[in-house]
Amino acid sequence: MISRRDFLQTSMAASAILGASGFGQWGRLAAQQALTQDQLLEFDTFGNVSLIHITDIHAQLKPIYFREPSLNLGVGMNKGKVPHITGADFRKMYGINDGSYAHYALSSGDFAALAQGFGRVGGLDRVATVINQIRSDRPDALLLDGGDTWHGSYTCYHTEGQDMVDVMNALKPDAMTFHWEFTLGSERVQEIVEGLPFAALGQNIFDAEWDEPAELFPPYKFFERGGVKIAVIGQAFPYMPIANPGWMFPEYSFGIRDENMQEMVDQVRAEGAELVVCLSHNGFDVDKKMASIVKGIDVILSGHTHDALPEPVLVGETIIVASGSNGKFVSRVDLDVRDGRMMGFRHKLIPILSDVITPDADVAAVIDQVRAPYEDTLAEVIGHSDSLLYRRGNFNGTWDDLICDALLSEREADIALSPGVRWGPSILPGQDITREDLWNVTSMSYGEAYRNEMTGEFLHVVLEDVADNIFNPDPYYQQGGDMVRTGGLGYRIDISKPQGERITDMTLLKTGEKIDASKTYQVAGWASVNEGTEGPMIWDVVEAHIRKQGTVTATGNDSVEVVGI
Amino acid sequence: MQLTRRDAILMGAGAALTVALPLRAFAAKGDEAIAAFTGGAEVGEGDIKLTAPEIAENGNTVPIEVSSGSAVEIMVLAMGNPTPAVATFKFGPLAASRSASTRIRLAGTQDVVAIAKLEDGSFVKSASTVKVTIGGCGG
Repeated sequence: MISRRDFLQTSMAASAILGASGFGQWGRLAAQQALTQDQLLEFDTFGNVSLIHITDIHAQLKPIYFREPSLNLGVGMNKGKVPHITGADFRKMYGINDGSYAHYALSSGDFAALAQGFGRVGGLDRVATVINQIRSDRPDALLLDGGDTWHGSYTCYHTEGQDMVDVMNALKPDAMTFHWEFTLGSERVQEIVEGLPFAALGQNIFDAEWDEPAELFPPYKFFERGGVKIAVIGQAFPYMPIANPGWMFPEYSFGIRDENMQEMVDQVRAEGAELVVCLSHNGFDVDKKMASIVKGIDVILSGHTHDALPEPVLVGETIIVASGSNGKFVSRVDLDVRDGRMMGFRHKLIPILSDVITPDADVAAVIDQVRAPYEDTLAEVIGHSDSLLYRRGNFNGTWDDLICDALLSEREADIALSPGVRWGPSILPGQDITREDLWNVTSMSYGEAYRNEMTGEFLHVVLEDVADNIFNPDPYYQQGGDMVRTGGLGYRIDISKPQGERITDMTLLKTGEKIDASKTYQVAGWASVNEGTEGPMIWDVVEAHIRKQGTVTATGNDSVEVVGI
Repeated sequence: MQLTRRDAILMGAGAALTVALPLRAFAAKGDEAIAAFTGGAEVGEGDIKLTAPEIAENGNTVPIEVSSGSAVEIMVLAMGNPTPAVATFKFGPLAASRSASTRIRLAGTQDVVAIAKLEDGSFVKSASTVKVTIGGCGG
């Protein structure tokens, strides 16, 4: 008799083989410039349940360019494990040919050249086509949105998320969980959630005053699909009031709350759940640890850290699926559920190559409609770039360098700090920068660009604090995101050291002098979590800077020395 | 838009220096309080559960919960606070639930410790690191 574990591992291997051959084919097809939508979506329907996962869209309604990171360091038990493998090593691990579509979509390296050939990615009208295709194979497939949906663009900011709500409603999701949504403020979140035609889930969303589950967000919802009783449990981003301004949603408390997650799993199993799915915004390493502690979750659909993995990762008997960001990917997970348990799975991470996938006309019309009042403003060219502008990576990206330069010059500062977020599409060398492009990398409800005096000692504390949120060896103490970006300041970081000892050799770049702990520096930054932060909006600061430059150049930044890898 | 130095800015990245580093200076005082509670008896692991957040949402009011099926007393300590002893909960033999929850103030990242004296006179301990952070850069 084959045990459940054997079965999982057998089908894991089968899936890996399927995945690998799929990727190899893409490589050959790409070389022939002959990839079709049917080939991209080809999937041999399996089992009796299908899950469709999309996450971290960050309000990207239209196709964009999005460069994956070349540096994504893992620490502790996750050192050298996916998703902390990038570029050529990543391609080698998954059998992806250099120069293929899969190389372009999933990994870094030769990005600008491949982008010229393979075009933009994403676009929710293309995502709609993929979802419809899966639903034509399996009409009762579950569509699950991992959150970070109502944030990240000009139109999302000006409609307070309504553009995304309208477009997502047209896709007909079954459930959703949350992160940046809360930065719309709790009143607006409540207004939207009360009108949602699908479940808004979060077992870890609590009332802050009473430390009891928040009524607006049920922990789970049951679905009956393919004759299988499925429980979907939501897990919102655990560190919302820490990583984002808690004063914008003071009624709510979060946290990982894995004891409560275990209680919920036990409860839904007792109520007859044959399949338990966790729709998570924990981040990948946190999900891995949670899967090792909480027993009885079959599938974790993982969001927050924006990782795109061509195969699920198996922890115990739980599979973890990571589906990228910015509308660039959709994951399809087919499951065979029999006798009250998951017996096997088949999985495909589908890159949304916008030139290959035909837009769905209905959803395209909704997108056009929500954008129509803003089209002229969105399309206005504010400058030109002769460099690749991108953000993802543990330390500085060229978009961040440009933002830091803008802060230094427009705000007359010695040092600039820019948050290490992972959202924000890329700009190719030679491309115009429109107002839409600029908002795509800066839009948020707390975009004030402050200017402040900080001592060298305080700056060190800030860098140490942020570094520990990324490089603490225990994933439960990590908040996701990347290191705060610095302008005008160089430093050395040893990621293997404990907090307080990682950051050394802080240098003021304009003079080459070491930062003096007791000396005061003028520091400009944005996205402060503190209430009452004042200053012009970051998009206005950066627009003014780009307009003065005309053509911007951002060739890279070697002022951070990283050791202890 | 005109941007000048006079575009006054109030606060920037964070509030207090004190939140940043693990506090070890007061640990000795915590050890003394534990010794006084246990009378120097050996402290094992067992029937004591401490629930605390991994990262505090607000270091000034951190919710914690302790529970045990067989404790007669549970002492809670914040090992990095200037006064480590937080509370001691006593449970009588008729207590329906031997659990308690409260909110504590933490001076910075530190271990929160719960020590239970069980009905058989033995002592058990559970500890949890609670991080107090500036925060601000979520992806």
